[in-house]
Amino acid sequence: MVPVTYYVALSAVLFVIGVLGVLLRRNALIIFMSVELMLNSANLVFVAFARLFEGLAGQVFVFFVMTVAAAEVAVGLALIVAIFRSKRSVDVDQMSSLKG
Amino acid sequence: MTNLVLFLVLAVVAVVTALGMLLSRNAVYAALFLVLNFATVAVFYILLEAPFIAMTQVTVYAGAIMVLFLFVIMLLGAERLPGTEPLPWQRPLAIFLALVLAVEAGYLLFARRAAGGMFASAAPDFGSPQAIGTMLFNRYLLPFEVTSVLLLVAMVGAIVLTKKEKGGRE
Amino acid sequence: MDSALILEWVIKSAILIFVLLTGFAYLTLFERRALARIQVRIGPNRAGPFGLLQPVADGLKLIFKEELTPAEADKVLFTLAPVVTVVPALILAAVIPWGRDVTLFGRQVSLSVADLNVGVLYIMAVSSIAVYGIVLAGWSSNNKYALLGGLRSSAQMISYELALGLAFVPAILLADSMRMVDIVEAQHPWWFVVIQPVGTAIFLIATLAEVNRAPFDMPEAEQELTAGYHTEYSGMKFALFFMAEYAKMIVISSIAATLFFGGYLGPGVDRYPWLGPLYLFIKIVILLFGMIWLRATFPRIRYDRLMAFGWKVLLPLALAVTFITALGIVLEMLWLIPVLSLAAGLFTVAMVHRALRRKAYARA
Repeated sequence: MVPVTYYVALSAVLFVIGVLGVLLRRNALIIFMSVELMLNSANLVFVAFARLFEGLAGQVFVFFVMTVAAAEVAVGLALIVAIFRSKRSVDVDQMSSLKG
Repeated sequence: MTNLVLFLVLAVVAVVTALGMLLSRNAVYAALFLVLNFATVAVFYILLEAPFIAMTQVTVYAGAIMVLFLFVIMLLGAERLPGTEPLPWQRPLAIFLALVLAVEAGYLLFARRAAGGMFASAAPDFGSPQAIGTMLFNRYLLPFEVTSVLLLVAMVGAIVLTKKEKGGRE
Repeated sequence: MDSALILEWVIKSAILIFVLLTGFAYLTLFERRALARIQVRIGPNRAGPFGLLQPVADGLKLIFKEELTPAEADKVLFTLAPVVTVVPALILAAVIPWGRDVTLFGRQVSLSVADLNVGVLYIMAVSSIAVYGIVLAGWSSNNKYALLGGLRSSAQMISYELALGLAFVPAILLADSMRMVDIVEAQHPWWFVVIQPVGTAIFLIATLAEVNRAPFDMPEAEQELTAGYHTEYSGMKFALFFMAEYAKMIVISSIAATLFFGGYLGPGVDRYPWLGPLYLFIKIVILLFGMIWLRATFPRIRYDRLMAFGWKVLLPLALAVTFITALGIVLEMLWLIPVLSLAAGLFTVAMVHRALRRKAYARA
């Protein structure tokens, strides 16, 4: 079997890539995807530790994280569509003014 | 041994697809790389004896969330963006900060490597839909109901945000 | 894990894929012949007896046709899209049980490729992946009709997936399991179509939308979108889309047969387990004929009405049906389920009828 440390390390790498995506990219959609990647890497650790400690609480928590992610994406994409309607762009640098 | 090889191959796929998401210029490709990444993570869940979570992962992330992303990208025609760079110091700073985070995580993993431990063989019904359902509807009933309210709020929010105003143009 | 088990899996998978591919070829012939009979024509009858060699001739023609790739298309995704469409259609069939365990060459062989304890969720997961092929085909063709077709289909499939997912729930609740074999065995005295007729109807309607069949074949509506997402495809790539659609029809019919029509159950299965696959086959053919009949009968629904139907009619009804099923199980009064759900279904039909009548008056 694979030790749990490997899973934690993989999850850390994925999380760092997600952080880089949020910090480096200008496309609001890709920033959003990077957030999803980070949530996902956290889920991976939850499931790994649920397996290690043989408790299902970790898996149940992942279930909740997925629901929250789904809700977040629905609202976030709606926001992006609304911003695109007024600004004609999804570049986060264009979203600097407070008036719509 | 087989498990280790499988883990390493899948880990490489996961990291490469995540990097592909980060580096691809085209948003459609980024979304597709992320779909592959989610699918790989779903395979990890199966390896970790969480079939229910794995299937939910594919249905919710790959099947719903990423399709929505693709839908919005194609609808807005936002797949290619001109690379604007108004903050010249941001890129090096971002890479530096990410490196700090990575080193920190690596140090913690190295310092506490003894705390990890191997997986014991799990009970046969570990992670089965029945077990998760029992837990979800007994101990975690309140959070479950709260999530349903959250989903309702998100649904209302999404509709309000995108609905065209009555009488107005567009 | 011994090598005999792996060999068994390989053989079963090979048989399954072979059956699906031959089934696809002959389903096209079956559809053309059946449609022709309904439209008082004869249909293809030249190649071989009763036109039985027609699929072979079609296949040869498609292989030798020229393959065009639009100049401005995204080459990688354009090639990948047909593959991404076919694969889910084929692997979807893995969890369907064809019969009880049989003894073959001194081994106990279970007649399904994979007996997962999350079988129903697997079906949902894989069918939710299927939308990618169509969306990517539409986008990568760099053609406005194709893009519109792809967008329509993705919106349509996401919308109807909700009703489809909820239609699985009555079967799961009644069988108390997500394992396909358990669901089939739980239908021993009564098929679930008897206990939950409205749930079955919702499932069948949602699957029609899910495989883009008439009257929900909006993504390829030829009068408005030339051919929708596969406008730019030709030759074998087009054949792959065609194959995916028909293979999906077969698989979806077998899922419907398994979940609601008793799967491999039938008279005499207890004594002769080999009858199981035969019963399943007969049920699949009947369901497929139903799909073809619908195509011959109903005109295509307007797109906004399709979405309104999915969200405002099918989804609430599916929620009501789920609730009614749970209620009947908790109260331990199974007869309550068909009565209440039929009442809910009739109420819905009446409301839709009223709304349509009002619209007709308003127009006149």
